[in-house]
Amino acid sequence: MAIQVDRLPDVNRRTQEPRKRPSGGSILAYILLALGSIVMFFPFLWMLLSSFKDIREILDINFFPQTWTLANYREVIFDTRFPRWFFNSMVVALATTLSGLFFCSLIGYTLTRMRFPGRQVIFILILSTLMVPTEMLVIPWFVMSSDFGWINTFWGIAFPGLMPAFGVFLMRQFFQTLPRDLFDAARVDGIGEFGLFWRIGLPLVKPALAALGIFAFIGNWSAFLWPLIIAKSASMRTIPVGIALFSGEAGTAWNLIMAANALAIIPVLLVFFVFQKQIIEGVVLTGTKG
Amino acid sequence: MQQGLEQPTAHARTGISLARREAIWAYIFLAVPLAFYLGLRIWPAFQSFYLSLFSWHVDAAQREFLGAQQYGQMLSDPKLHRALLNTLLYTAIIVPAQLALGLGIAMLLNSVEKFQPLFRAIYFAPYVTPAAAVAWVWGWMYSVNFGVINNAIIEWGIFWERLGVNFLTVDPQPFLTSPKQALAAVAVVVIWQNLGFQVVIFLAGLKGVPKMFYEAARIDGANRWQLFKSITIPLLNPVIVFSLIISTIASLQLFDQVVNINFTDQGGPLNSTLTIALYMYQEAFSRFRLGYAAAITVLLFGLILIVTLLQLKFASRSVEY
Repeated sequence: MAIQVDRLPDVNRRTQEPRKRPSGGSILAYILLALGSIVMFFPFLWMLLSSFKDIREILDINFFPQTWTLANYREVIFDTRFPRWFFNSMVVALATTLSGLFFCSLIGYTLTRMRFPGRQVIFILILSTLMVPTEMLVIPWFVMSSDFGWINTFWGIAFPGLMPAFGVFLMRQFFQTLPRDLFDAARVDGIGEFGLFWRIGLPLVKPALAALGIFAFIGNWSAFLWPLIIAKSASMRTIPVGIALFSGEAGTAWNLIMAANALAIIPVLLVFFVFQKQIIEGVVLTGTKG
Repeated sequence: MQQGLEQPTAHARTGISLARREAIWAYIFLAVPLAFYLGLRIWPAFQSFYLSLFSWHVDAAQREFLGAQQYGQMLSDPKLHRALLNTLLYTAIIVPAQLALGLGIAMLLNSVEKFQPLFRAIYFAPYVTPAAAVAWVWGWMYSVNFGVINNAIIEWGIFWERLGVNFLTVDPQPFLTSPKQALAAVAVVVIWQNLGFQVVIFLAGLKGVPKMFYEAARIDGANRWQLFKSITIPLLNPVIVFSLIISTIASLQLFDQVVNINFTDQGGPLNSTLTIALYMYQEAFSRFRLGYAAAITVLLFGLILIVTLLQLKFASRSVEY
């Protein structure tokens, strides 16, 4: 590679002041990032501001509401089944998250820290399900649910999310890093097999559990296709399904639609900003480990 | 380390070796998961193949065996062709845009020190919100007469017209109501929503590239483009392949946004936003042609499988650190 002399001063400056970068480039980066942030955040802001507007000014397209009103929220909360949908989503998301945490880590632990014939086959079996898109499963699931009476039940909405295969994969990666001697030593001490997993293994993979838990929760909270199929009655809808059908009925009452959407989106955003660090670490873990 | 433990210990008295005992426990732990995966994941996948060979009837005894007939029917179904073409178009727009923007923003973020976590959080926020809900917000923003985007376009025009600069004005756009623009408009929403995921993954990847590589190359006189092409891209290859595959699979399965952004006209004007997943849903749950819908899902499965394998084959390069 030919040396380009004009780049050399740059190099010298960098070695003298390693922490400072050429400020021109840095300012440009900040400007670009700030502009991008506005684009990224604008839809949320627009939704939020519109949700406080009166029906008469909703089509005027003022940025801020002229008169701030909570009437839209009142209407969505008291005149629709929103509270019920919130409750349904909470039940489904919490149940699937807890189940996912327990089973994915149990499977991950068993597949890596226990010795038994057929270990590899079982892992490949579980991993292979990652290749099958949900779309391919919903029709047999629907047929099965009709036969077994699972339509409009919590079990029916929740069962697909009980043991996500990506969670098994993630937990397996983590348990693999724990030294086997640790478990063998505890085993000699007389700790039972379940105790080895529960008391020794689990506490050591807490970061992975946090990541998996948050992802399972967000994923199940936002799930749309399957709940849309299985939750037929208005009282069994989850939030995304309730929002979609309610908004479809509300027509152009955008103030109500925006209030309903804000109620669906804001809680997730708040949780995200509180647990931001763990969530982003979780993405990194799944991205680099998974 | 294993040897010492295989020796008979207290358990020898019960007649079961320690290894046997461990295996039995392992099977007990895996009993419920295996039942779940076999019964609710693997069996239904095969059942989709099976159902795709029959005409649909609620009573299983009255389903007529059609063999591959429904697959043949696909060849002369223009709506399916449209959905297939749209799905590929979505993927062709969304995946490169997401990867390029994701990498670009990650590199910008990597070059600043202050506010990095704040920016990262803002870019990531749309990813955690339910697609069904945010699609409504975008649907309204795109509205022809009452949407904030067209309003901004009009204000922009008025601003320049006042200054007498007419060539900068733009006409209001039909967006979701136009067969030509609707697909791109939906694609923008999907890119907006998933971009943060790519940013976070790429940023982590960039932080893993040893700084000394850049320093060494700079001393050799490499310019920015050369650094990018010869260090960043090859070293990020595993992350790029991961992002590529994840975003491709998600694009091929596009459903939530397409349904909700144009709820009264699902699939858009002249089916211009229709995807395979949405067409499958309509066939199965609006027209109750579950057999044909099952055949469509088999097609989708095949498509995802082939595209993923091709990407793995051509995009992966093993890199020595």
